[in-house]
Amino acid sequence: MATKSIGGRTVNVDEEGFMTDPAEWSKEVGEAIAKEEGIALTDRHWNVITFMQAETKKNGEPPTIRAMNKSGVVTTKELYELFPGGPAKKAAKIAGLKKPAGCV
Amino acid sequence: MAEGKIKKVSIGVSKGSIEGVYPGLIMANGARMEGIEANLFFTFFGLDAIVKARMGRIAVSTVGNPGMYFPPKGGIRVPTLMGMLPGMQAFATWFFRKKMDKLDIPPVPEFVEMCHDAGVRFYACKATVDMFGYKKEDFCPQVEAIINVGTFYEKAAGGEIIFT
Repeated sequence: MATKSIGGRTVNVDEEGFMTDPAEWSKEVGEAIAKEEGIALTDRHWNVITFMQAETKKNGEPPTIRAMNKSGVVTTKELYELFPGGPAKKAAKIAGLKKPAGCV
Repeated sequence: MAEGKIKKVSIGVSKGSIEGVYPGLIMANGARMEGIEANLFFTFFGLDAIVKARMGRIAVSTVGNPGMYFPPKGGIRVPTLMGMLPGMQAFATWFFRKKMDKLDIPPVPEFVEMCHDAGVRFYACKATVDMFGYKKEDFCPQVEAIINVGTFYEKAAGGEIIFT
């Protein structure tokens, strides 16, 4: 497994840069990954990230875009605006979660 | 990441059954999830997916479908004669819908809205719209325009074309 030095610490990542140990994640690490993805995090972003982390803890999988839309945390449109060019994947990466496995 | 990443896809949908409509929607939505530009072009019976009065009634066919087993995995093949019985199509459709909902694959009207919110652009084929006698107001609001095949190729320029 690869490691990566980011946000002031060394974390384990898979070959696509997704963190493999959620315990290694911190807000600073999240900020640093977001910066790499070209995203400046606002409160709206953090709402999504916190929700995704909580859902993953509950279900073992990051939530789908539909589930996020239904939860009322973020609409599909806004999610695409917040994380342009691949919202589910990018948000999961910043949140220190594994890559979403589903097709939708 | 492989070289030559796909940047744009235009997907034609010509069939109005569950297995005709969903692959196009899933591929278009999936494209947007990867940051790929996506157009959907509906023609012939595929138009049912974007016609307001029909988009909620997309069904799976139990007749003439040799892939119809019950249960779907490891079950017995449903003879066409059985598939003809009243209620069989409705039952099979209900059954698949239930399975899809578990995977967070939405019903067609919601899926069309979701794809549109994700930035997928929706078009209807002029020749078949005229053939069926539809008007612009028969279509769901996500449909941007009724276009001819020439315009489809203009919209598809610079990308991949997939026909289903």
